[in-house]
Amino acid sequence: MAANSIPLEALEKSMVLAPVPAAHWLVIAPPVWCLLLGAILIMVRKRPGLQAWLAIPALAALVLIDAALLFAVTREGPVTMVMGRWLPPFGIAFTVDLTGALFNLTGGIAALAGGIAALGDIDRTKRAYGFYPFLLLMVGGVSGAFLTGDIFNLYVWFEVLLISSFGLIILGSERAQLDGATKYAILNLIGTTLFLIAVGILYAVFGTLNMADIAAKAPKLGEIPPLMTLGLIFIAAFSMKAAAFPVNFWLPASYHTPRIVVAGLFAGLLTKVGVYALLRVMVMIFPQEGNAYSLLIGVVAILTMLTGALGALAQSDLRRMLGYIVITGIGIILSGVALGGQTAIAGALFYAMHSMIVMLALYLMAGVAGRMGGSFSLHDLSGLYARSPLLAAITLALFFSVSGLPPFSGFWPKAMLVKATFDFGAWWQGGVILVSGLLTTIAVMRAFALGWWRMPVSGTVEPARIEASEAVPLVGLTLLSLGIGLYPEPLLALAQTAAAGLLEPTAYLHSVFPGLSPLGGPLP
Amino acid sequence: MEGFMSVIVGIFFAVAIYLMLSQYIIRILLGVAILGNAVNLLLFVAGRVTREVPPIIGKGADALPASAANPLPQALILTAIVISFSFFAFLLVLAYRAYQTLKTDDTHQMRLAEPEDAAEPPLGY
Repeated sequence: MAANSIPLEALEKSMVLAPVPAAHWLVIAPPVWCLLLGAILIMVRKRPGLQAWLAIPALAALVLIDAALLFAVTREGPVTMVMGRWLPPFGIAFTVDLTGALFNLTGGIAALAGGIAALGDIDRTKRAYGFYPFLLLMVGGVSGAFLTGDIFNLYVWFEVLLISSFGLIILGSERAQLDGATKYAILNLIGTTLFLIAVGILYAVFGTLNMADIAAKAPKLGEIPPLMTLGLIFIAAFSMKAAAFPVNFWLPASYHTPRIVVAGLFAGLLTKVGVYALLRVMVMIFPQEGNAYSLLIGVVAILTMLTGALGALAQSDLRRMLGYIVITGIGIILSGVALGGQTAIAGALFYAMHSMIVMLALYLMAGVAGRMGGSFSLHDLSGLYARSPLLAAITLALFFSVSGLPPFSGFWPKAMLVKATFDFGAWWQGGVILVSGLLTTIAVMRAFALGWWRMPVSGTVEPARIEASEAVPLVGLTLLSLGIGLYPEPLLALAQTAAAGLLEPTAYLHSVFPGLSPLGGPLP
Repeated sequence: MEGFMSVIVGIFFAVAIYLMLSQYIIRILLGVAILGNAVNLLLFVAGRVTREVPPIIGKGADALPASAANPLPQALILTAIVISFSFFAFLLVLAYRAYQTLKTDDTHQMRLAEPEDAAEPPLGY
């Protein structure tokens, strides 16, 4: 046996020989669980009824797993698990810190809400085309991206979620959908290819793909040209994924075409993966380059906020208006990334989590409004308040939340970000956050005035019922947003700790390389 | 060898970008295919291009000979090829399906999702 001829000391240097603690299996559990269930759901694709019965408990279990992981990370700090027992940087490491765990849990909650909403929105014949398998696979890709500690692995998870999202976006094969899907697919593929280029150059410079290893080695190289170029390619690639200003056109071209649940899940989850990757790479791995490009990111953030807000004002289709509001949110998050500093990054993290919940809820709400009103156009949509006061209350709450008005979850991260900009002296950035908030308020309140308050333009008003599959996720997400708005303290504290962990990744590095003194010590 | 390959990679990128700037979907897709190959070549060159030095650690040594090529980029390319191939297949089918339904592969005429004459939002009740 070849293995027996290798001395134990040599093995200890390259492999984890001790058994893995049970808690560490949680690190890999979310993606494995999703991929496994996705595979099972593909096997039962001929039985749409059974699919829902399997998928929704599975998503509920995923939320529990994600919550347990977050709990473990808050107690122990970053947790690392390596694949095949090979020690990093040779084995692919899954490292989860507070940022990853928070994004992961929020994403899991959004996926569960989307899964329940799909019961009503996606009928049985459409479900036979595989909504639930694609959903599970996409969520697997999203959680893999949040949890991995290896940059090439991050690229692979990007592709996993992208190919599943292709399956979701063409579900239904309507004419407009094929048009939107073509643009979405091509531009997103180019974006991820750009990311792969950056990974290739990164490997040529560092000779390693492990994030912690790169983060430890980057300060020693200093601001040399390849790193600055590399930083720019990363920014371009992730901006494209996140739909930041000059490369945002695919989002309003496609997000209003698929099923409304699919659009909501994309708006909640996918753009945030781009934001997460940007935070991970430009804040944690390459802080020097991130600082050097802070003005660029700041300008991009401002233009993104303004494009989104002005675009939202110019739309007559409710769903397209929401597409532009997603873009505004990305701009607000980017302004936090541009500033750097703990409060700003914490604000960006908090806003990203709020946006995941609220954007999904807004799309679901638009779906219900469109079903009741018979149209998504603000010209035809009217009299919804009289049809369903409950929907009107939920809508108003969500519109307040997305505009950043108290007492909802959008208020606190915006307050943090504006405070951070003024503390930092970047008053122009804070000013644009406030202006874009005002423009968003005008856009959504106009939609409310026309669609909900206005007397019906034709026909009579009959009370409409909200189905249970619509009400449960909508009310749940709205209450979550209200709860965070009323009692933000725990999430604020978590976001602050997470931001501190991104800015000073000593604990992250230590979790990957326990034996070595982090930062400055010799690394393999 | 690396210098020569770098120039080839550059040419690949130039051709890919030129094709992707076209207004016809089929040309864009050809550009995407070439872009994928350009990136694969880039990764390949990043891991050194050498001849006939197997990446095997000899007896008594504990590291690869310095002239050996790095095998990891080749593993990365393998992953990237599989991914870009499957994506390209999907995009081809999607483009064909869009062509069947929309009767065009000209992006200027693919305005179904974003109609050019979309009405402005109402200014009042």
